[in-house]
Amino acid sequence: MATAAPYQLGNPLSKVHAEAAEGHKTHATWSPYDDNGGTVVAVAGEDYCIVAGSTRMSTGFNILTRDASMLLQLTDKVVIASAGMQADRKALHKLLQHRNVMYQHDHGRPMSVSATAQLLSNTLYYKRFFPFYTFNLVAGLDEQGRGAVYNYDAVGSYERSGYFCQGSGKELIQPVLDNQLKAASPLLLPPRNSITALPLDQALDLVKDAFVSAGERDIYTGDKVEIFIITKDGIRRDELQLKLD
Amino acid sequence: MLPRPTTHSKALGPGVAGPELAVAISAVLDRPPKPVSHLPLSGAQPCAVDPAALCDPRQHTKYPYVTGTSVMAIKYKDGVLVGCDTLGAYGTTKRYKSTQRIYHVNSKCVVAAGGEISDFQYISNLLDELTTDDYRFDDGIELSPQEVHSYLCRVMYNRRNKFDPLWNSLVVGGVQGGQPFLGMVGMIGTHYTDSHVTTGFANQLARPLFRERQRDDMSEEDALQLMYDALKVCYYRDKVSINKFQIAKVTKDDGVSISEPFALDMRWDYKMFAQPTKWAVGAW
Repeated sequence: MATAAPYQLGNPLSKVHAEAAEGHKTHATWSPYDDNGGTVVAVAGEDYCIVAGSTRMSTGFNILTRDASMLLQLTDKVVIASAGMQADRKALHKLLQHRNVMYQHDHGRPMSVSATAQLLSNTLYYKRFFPFYTFNLVAGLDEQGRGAVYNYDAVGSYERSGYFCQGSGKELIQPVLDNQLKAASPLLLPPRNSITALPLDQALDLVKDAFVSAGERDIYTGDKVEIFIITKDGIRRDELQLKLD
Repeated sequence: MLPRPTTHSKALGPGVAGPELAVAISAVLDRPPKPVSHLPLSGAQPCAVDPAALCDPRQHTKYPYVTGTSVMAIKYKDGVLVGCDTLGAYGTTKRYKSTQRIYHVNSKCVVAAGGEISDFQYISNLLDELTTDDYRFDDGIELSPQEVHSYLCRVMYNRRNKFDPLWNSLVVGGVQGGQPFLGMVGMIGTHYTDSHVTTGFANQLARPLFRERQRDDMSEEDALQLMYDALKVCYYRDKVSINKFQIAKVTKDDGVSISEPFALDMRWDYKMFAQPTKWAVGAW
C-alpha cells in the first residue's frame, strides 16, 4: 500500500488516502450489490398457476423506470420471477434461458417445472461465495397439470409450496396470502400440499388486491403489475395499473 | 457513500435520519446480537472481499478521481437528444472545463457518461474497436444502439464481478429501425431503457421535468426547450457543474450531430437565492 501520505493542501483526495493508509475507512467500500426493489407473488391452483411481479425499478430513493419486467417466461408452462438486484436478475435470466435452449436441443422437449426448479437451485449455489442478489420464484404446471410454486433464497435453497412472495413487499403480502389461502401446517404428517382450491378468477383477484395493498405502504412497489396466468392452454398476460406515487 | 444512519430509526420514526445516539445506553449495549442469516456473526460485511487481504499487489478501483456529473436524454418525434455539461471535476475543483463527455459511436448512436473520465475514455476505446471492425467488414451494417447498450451492459457487469468496476453511469442514445432508443447502464450493471434517462443528480432534478413534459411525439423545438430547462436546473442546483453544455442530436434522417459547447442564460438575482429564508416562518 502507499506510504502514509500526509494531508496535502490542495489535493482533494489526500485526506482520504492519508486516513486509509492509517487503516481508517473514511467511506464505505464500494459494494457490488444494490436492491432495485419490486415484489413478486406466485399462487398455485388445481389446474392453473398465477405469477405476478411489479414493474417499478428503483435505486435508493429514486425511481429509475416504471416499466421493467421481473418475470422470465421459459416455456409454455414455466415462468421464473426474481426480486432483488436488476443486474443479477438479468444475468441469471440470461443464463437460465441459454440452459433452457440447450436442454431443448439435448432432450427434444421443453423443461418441466421440477427440472427448472433444480437447475435454478444449482445455478444459484454455483455462486455461493459471491451470490446472485436475487430472491426467486419458479412457477408453472407440473407433470400432472397441477400448479407448482417453488421459492428460493439467494443461494439456492428451495421448497415447493402452494403460494409465496418475494421482494420488498413480501412482509406485507405473505400474511395476507397465509390468511386467505389457508396453508396447511408444515408440521403435519403426511405432508399436505398447499395448492389452493380457489377458482382462477378469485385467486387472480386476491393477487391483484395484494399488490394494490402492498403498493400503498411499500415505496418500491407501484406503477404496474405484470401478471402471467399459466394454464394448460398456455400463458396469458394481464396487467394491473397501480398508483404512481 | 459515507455510512449514514438509516431513515427508519425506531426511536425517531420513519423518514427521519437523526444523529446516532451519542452515548449507547445499556439497553442497546447489553442486547444480544440478533442472528441474521445473511450476515456473518463476526460482524464483517456480507460478501465483501478486500483485495488487499488476498495479498494481491494489484489494486482495484476504490474511488473516482476526475469525474463528470449528470447526463440527461429524452426521446422526441424524430429521434433523441442527449445533453450534459463539459466539466471534468477533480473532487470539487472544476479542473477540466472542456471535456467532451459524449462519444460519437457511429451514424446511429452516441454514448455519454458521468463518473470517472478515464474509465469513459477506456470505454470509448472499446467502442472504437467495435466500430473499426464494422468499418473493415465494409458491408454497410453498423452496430445499432441496442447492440451497443447490450455490449456495455455486459462490460460493466463483468467488471463489477471482478470487483474492479468502470466507475461510470452511461447513457446510450440513438435511432434504430426508424425508432428512437435510449438506455442507461450503471457501474454495477444495472440497466434499463425508457423514453427519458438520466444519471447522477439529474435523476432527482431533471427526471421529474421529463415525466411531466416529455412525450414520445414531441417536436424538436419542445424537446430542445425541455432539455435546456433540465440543463439549467442541474446547473443551478449541482455545485460541481458549469454553464457550458453540449447536446447531441440523433435523428433517423440526419444521423448524429453533437453541438458546439454553448451557455444558457442564468439568473442569479432571484430573491430566494439571495435570501432563501426571508419569508420563512421563524427564520432570521
